[in-house]
Amino acid sequence: MAPVRFGIVVFPGSNCDHDAYYAVKHVLGADAVFLWHRDTTLRGVDVVILPGGFSYGDYLRCGAIARFSPIMKEVVRFAKAGGFVMGICNGFQILCESGLLPGSLLRNASLRFVCRMVHIRTERAGTAFTRLLAQGQVLTMPVAHGEGNYYTDASTLAGLEAKGQVLFRYSTLDGQVTPGANPNGSLRNIAGVMNEEGNVFGLMPHPERAMEHIIGSVDGAMIFRSVLEAVTQRAPSAVSKE
Amino acid sequence: MKKDPEVTPELARELGLSDEEYSRILEILGRTPTYTELGMYSVMWSEHCSYKNSIALLKTLPRSGGRLLVEAGQENAGLVEIGDGQAVAFKIESHNHPSAVEPFQGAATGVGGILRDVFTMGARPIAACDSLRFGDPSQPRVRYLVRGVVSGIGHYGNCFGVPTVAGELFFDRSYQGNPLVNAMAVGIVQQGRIASATASGKGNPVMIVGSSTGRDGIHGATFASVELSEDSESKRPSVQVGDPFTEKLLLEATLEIIREGLVIGIQDMGAAGITCSATEMSARGEAGMRIDLDRVPVREENMSAYEIMLSESQERMLVVVRKGCEDRVREIFKKWDLHAVIIGEVTDDGYVTVSHGGEIVAHAPAESFVLGGGAPVYTREEQRPTYLDVTGAFHPSSIPVPRDTTYILRLLISAPNIASKKWAYEQYDTSVRTNTVQGPGGDAAVIRIKGTRKALAVSTDCNGRYVYLNPRKGTMIAVAEAARNVVCTGAEPLAITNCLNFGNPYKPEIFYQFAEAVRGMGEACRALGTPVTGGNVSFYNEDPEGAVYPTPVIGMLGLIEDIDLITTSFFTSPGDSVFLLGQTREDIGGSEYLSHVHGVVAGDAPYFDIQEEIRVQSAVREMIRERVLHSAHDVSEGGLAVAFAECCITGPRPIGAVLRVPVPFRRDALYFGESQSRIIVSCAPQDDNALFRIAAKHNVDILKAGVVGGDELRMNEDIKISILELADLYFKALERLLVRA
Repeated sequence: MAPVRFGIVVFPGSNCDHDAYYAVKHVLGADAVFLWHRDTTLRGVDVVILPGGFSYGDYLRCGAIARFSPIMKEVVRFAKAGGFVMGICNGFQILCESGLLPGSLLRNASLRFVCRMVHIRTERAGTAFTRLLAQGQVLTMPVAHGEGNYYTDASTLAGLEAKGQVLFRYSTLDGQVTPGANPNGSLRNIAGVMNEEGNVFGLMPHPERAMEHIIGSVDGAMIFRSVLEAVTQRAPSAVSKE
Repeated sequence: MKKDPEVTPELARELGLSDEEYSRILEILGRTPTYTELGMYSVMWSEHCSYKNSIALLKTLPRSGGRLLVEAGQENAGLVEIGDGQAVAFKIESHNHPSAVEPFQGAATGVGGILRDVFTMGARPIAACDSLRFGDPSQPRVRYLVRGVVSGIGHYGNCFGVPTVAGELFFDRSYQGNPLVNAMAVGIVQQGRIASATASGKGNPVMIVGSSTGRDGIHGATFASVELSEDSESKRPSVQVGDPFTEKLLLEATLEIIREGLVIGIQDMGAAGITCSATEMSARGEAGMRIDLDRVPVREENMSAYEIMLSESQERMLVVVRKGCEDRVREIFKKWDLHAVIIGEVTDDGYVTVSHGGEIVAHAPAESFVLGGGAPVYTREEQRPTYLDVTGAFHPSSIPVPRDTTYILRLLISAPNIASKKWAYEQYDTSVRTNTVQGPGGDAAVIRIKGTRKALAVSTDCNGRYVYLNPRKGTMIAVAEAARNVVCTGAEPLAITNCLNFGNPYKPEIFYQFAEAVRGMGEACRALGTPVTGGNVSFYNEDPEGAVYPTPVIGMLGLIEDIDLITTSFFTSPGDSVFLLGQTREDIGGSEYLSHVHGVVAGDAPYFDIQEEIRVQSAVREMIRERVLHSAHDVSEGGLAVAFAECCITGPRPIGAVLRVPVPFRRDALYFGESQSRIIVSCAPQDDNALFRIAAKHNVDILKAGVVGGDELRMNEDIKISILELADLYFKALERLLVRA
């Protein structure tokens, strides 16, 4: 069987593209390719990663311009067909802007950029992105963003909760979901959400920065390994390859 | 189009040229300069570009040898070989005056400029550092400046995608009206892919790439070369506006054209814009250049030749392209949505010839503009400042020894100059690029190099108070401490870059500080075997109240040969033995304790002996190589008590310690004095003997001070405080101070 192939989208201004590539290719040992923002093909990838950064400078609203790029048309098509898409940080913002995920990411409550190690609690195990995690398991990885304050209207929020689409919440190391553990003011400490169909996932923390002991944590690898396993266990015909 | 003003000696004076300098221009040209030429000389001969008052002394520094690949001043940044065919480009630069009037953009463009200096050599930036000085943080204006500068640095570095991993944040009234904002960048390049800032090869096309040119930043270099005053605020238009997004694209495009071998020479445009790049590149290559300003992409209408030549619009580069490769260069820049436009070609007549609107507006020898060529060189008068008699007359007996030592520790651990700088560095992306092993908050930052076993250690250091009290010794201490910091992480110190922030060099007492500082730096660098790769001089750091403390910031680069040797500064394991290496002297001069607790800045800089320093550093390096250390932390501001406290609380899991040290003299000197060349280390108890053996071998004083464990820091009967309280004071003090209204 061919190795699982991750496609990492490169927008002008992406700056975590190389980190995601390194994580997938050199730490995980999967196949990885870069997908240029003007490309109109996904080159047969199994998983699309929208990496962190400041797409097109983000001088407007984060992700507001990226959603109109040629590659995003393909990513939306791929997602609608059931392909796995994961947005990290700016990638999460782009997924919300393009309507693949509900809600939006406002400026941090502190009005300052924040970069630090955070803990996130697994709210739902067993999804494509959390299948190697246990319910309540706490992961440690960095956040680095100015606009990560997850917000949505009350009914959408209720729907997200009811359907188990909140995959991670900011918590303390021992799994307490407290205001002090919330780095950006997100509603209900939400750190990552999934679409209803279970194939599109966005999160503000950076799992690709938590892949090796030497840089402080290996917890991020659990998320990548989950999706890797989800792809290999899925019937090959589930998503039509180009 | 407006007609150029008539060139007169008065106009020359207005542009900052002395009468003598103006006569020299007449002599060089054999005629009256055009307005454009006058502007070009005025910026190139400004202090900022010409180093006219500093270069004679800077030449006395050790500027070659060791692992240096280029001698200081030859390229945009220093270059040091680190094995595996790799080299490190690094440099530090000031952006003080722009930050004083427009803190956010001033600091942001400071970061942008130094990043360009590094990637213009073909190196990908892997780390940034920032060394910052401000006035009294209880003043609203100072808090405004701090918040603006910190967010400006974060804005640029975070968007660009370089981790900001180390730096300093120091407060003192001397920086009240004139903050210091020094930015450093470190990059890595394969040795075959190093680009040079040289123009050569008659007929090779000259291209301008990156952003278009506007009226921003005209005369920024001149603005940087005068003291700040009441009307500095009106110079706000001299401050450029940064666009980190464009810079990120420029980085990728620039590295691509260098990688493909399309480039003969390349230089970024910072101070003095096209003028500086065109003249310096030509002079280095002993070539000339013809430039047609009508082809320069501009963002404003009716720009004069003078304005285009002097614009400091950001995110631009001047590139001499290998003839025949123009189309490929254009193609690569187009992919990144950037301009790449041919504006001229290399000539062999040694002249920079500039045309605009079909007329020649400048025609002058390239070499006559530049440092090392026609730019003036002055030796200024030195006079020992009289304040040194006053500060030197200080005697510790005038200071009562406080009875409650724990209380003093509480004060110091929450003092702005000692407390954690977390409030600032959490606004910087410290982990992008996934190489940060040790970010801010340790003795030095540690960045691993993927694909190798190596890591780099980087530190910036300078205690301006020490340099004020003793310019020569204070600067030696800055070099020694920077080296000690990288040694504590497991590195061998390789080389330094420096940013020399001083007042007006025409004042003999200021120039004395500068000259003594340079002598001290040379002495320390020679002794430690760390040559100077280059740097930046920033004079005129004065406000109406006077000059800043003389502040020669040292940026030190260290190499860790094997990532297994990386050592952290905090205690790790209960039961570990705690040792103090080096000798504590009865010395409170120049200390943070004296300043913060007693409000006194006096005495000599702390005790320092370079030979003792070398021995202590060698001992610690050997202990690390023998893998017997669990931690190493240098004793600096706040002395022994603060250093022990930091060992307890800066790790991922705070942990106490019970310590006992002899009390041979006044307690405040023992606990809070800042005598140099001391390092706290910890190890497993079975390795005690190894430490004694290695210390003896290097003839270093060693004291077993106690044991790691518990939830308190205890020292003799004098200090007893819970770790949680210490951590709360240490980590929250700065935010409490800066964020309040």
